[in-house]
Amino acid sequence: MIEFIDLHKSFDSQRVLNGINLTIADKEIITIMGKSGGGKSVLIKHIIGLLKPDKGSVLIDGVDITKLPPRELDKIREKLGVLFQGGALFDSMNVFGNIAFPLMEKTKLNKSEIEERVMQALEDVGLKGMEKKYPAELSGGMRKRVALARALITEPNIVLFDEPTTGLDPIITSSMHRLISATHEKYGYTGVIISHEVPRIFEVTDRVAMLHNGVIVEVGTPEEIKNSTDAAVRQFITGGIGGPIEALNMTQ
Amino acid sequence: MEKLLRFLGSWAISTLKKMGHMTIFFANAIYFVFAPPFKFNLLLRQIRFFGNKSMLVILLTGSFTGMVLALQLYYILRKFGSEALLGPGIALSLIRELGPVLTALMVTGRAGSALTAEIGMMRISEQIDALTAMALNPMRYLIVPNIVAAVIVFPLLTAMFDTIGIYGGYMVGVKLLGISSGTYFSLMEDYVEMKDVIVGLYKSLSFGILVSLVCSYKGFYTGYGAEGVSKSTTEAVVMSSILILVWDYFLGSVLL
Ligand SMILES: Nc1ncnc2c1ncn2[C@@H]1O[C@H](COP(=O)(O)OP(=O)(O)OP(=O)(O)O)[C@@H](O)[C@H]1O
Ligand SMILES: [Mg+2]
Repeated sequence: MIEFIDLHKSFDSQRVLNGINLTIADKEIITIMGKSGGGKSVLIKHIIGLLKPDKGSVLIDGVDITKLPPRELDKIREKLGVLFQGGALFDSMNVFGNIAFPLMEKTKLNKSEIEERVMQALEDVGLKGMEKKYPAELSGGMRKRVALARALITEPNIVLFDEPTTGLDPIITSSMHRLISATHEKYGYTGVIISHEVPRIFEVTDRVAMLHNGVIVEVGTPEEIKNSTDAAVRQFITGGIGGPIEALNMTQ
Repeated sequence: MEKLLRFLGSWAISTLKKMGHMTIFFANAIYFVFAPPFKFNLLLRQIRFFGNKSMLVILLTGSFTGMVLALQLYYILRKFGSEALLGPGIALSLIRELGPVLTALMVTGRAGSALTAEIGMMRISEQIDALTAMALNPMRYLIVPNIVAAVIVFPLLTAMFDTIGIYGGYMVGVKLLGISSGTYFSLMEDYVEMKDVIVGLYKSLSFGILVSLVCSYKGFYTGYGAEGVSKSTTEAVVMSSILILVWDYFLGSVLL
């Protein structure tokens, strides 16, 4: 279980998170939506302990990770898989090396076991035969899929997906979503997805949380969200420009 | 007046903050140098990174430094009628001073800047965050291999610089200016003591630590975007170069 309790975070004078309260149940998949620059990435970086809150806490299985010493925090991180927004693949390693890296560094599996698992993961994400390519030689979508394979390779208990499908074509998006569903079924992790992929993400997720002005304004099942009366949620789902979420000012 | 004081105060505080930040990074890095497990394959990769990038530059600058030294020293020594001392003159200048300093400056320009850029890119593309998220310590994986590699590579490159410089001086002094080959080398043996070699070694070792720390630090805490990385790279080179020269003077006066 992941709990955010009254989480505040500012950068200099810019307030990004303004009292987040959210509980994520074990083994559920929750999607966090919200406008670009609204602090979604900042929010999930608090789960990894990459950012420390100004106020409030983040509990994982009842433990406040914002107050843990580095070594204990690392124990929590070992149960975590993260797909970073930009992929964050290691430039110096090829695709195989990237996916194998967490296994080589964190497990006692031998070479052939690692190879077997990496090859299976590559096949799962549809990148068979790409293992020798370097990240710089891949398209954006391929990079995201490698990052997905790397996030899942250690079979973590909690997986964070920061925009797993942004910038991908509809077909790949669907297959990424299917992949998340399938791996979730197989391993039963708790999944936190940041996604703008309305409405397709609704098929994957158990619940949706809307982040607006630094707080969670609504949480609910996809059905509840679709029927929401909250103006920000409605605007986000329909993509309208007249609402509480200010659109780009075209006259400037 | 109040404005000036306020400005000075805030400048002093921010400078102190920066220095503290850097000191913590340095202390942390040095701690992890001695904390197992060690990443030998990464160390080898960084040795290759430093050595490979800098070898050619070192050979070129080393030979020309030796040649220029020969010309200049010959001109000076001839005024005192002691051209025969050209060999030891060149060797001592190179071993004690120019070898370590110029090697360090060259490696900074060649490999140090590349190092800052590489680590900086890893920072802005969240690769460092990815390491942390995997419960792997970025210090151990990114910084320590560079420091250890630099400690190994700097003295070796300096030795190469010295050697090629002495032969560069030989080419000019013996082949061009007509000093006898026997004098050039045998007086060198007489005048160069182990102490001088040790001074050069200490210098190059400390430059290695200094350059790798500064360049890693600047990359590790780079600003945002490509602009941030390019700024850090420039700062790393400037700061390393200045520190090399200051530290060289300090060591020179202590170790004399
Ligand atoms: N390390 C940081 N230092 C300073 N400001 C930051 C930092 N990280 C994020 N911010 C700021 O916090 C705000 C929220 O950023 P964040 O990356 O969380 O947005 P996001 O909701 O993920 O947006 P997107 O959908 O575009 O990825 C932005 O205005 C950003 O400038
Ligand atoms: Mg984001």
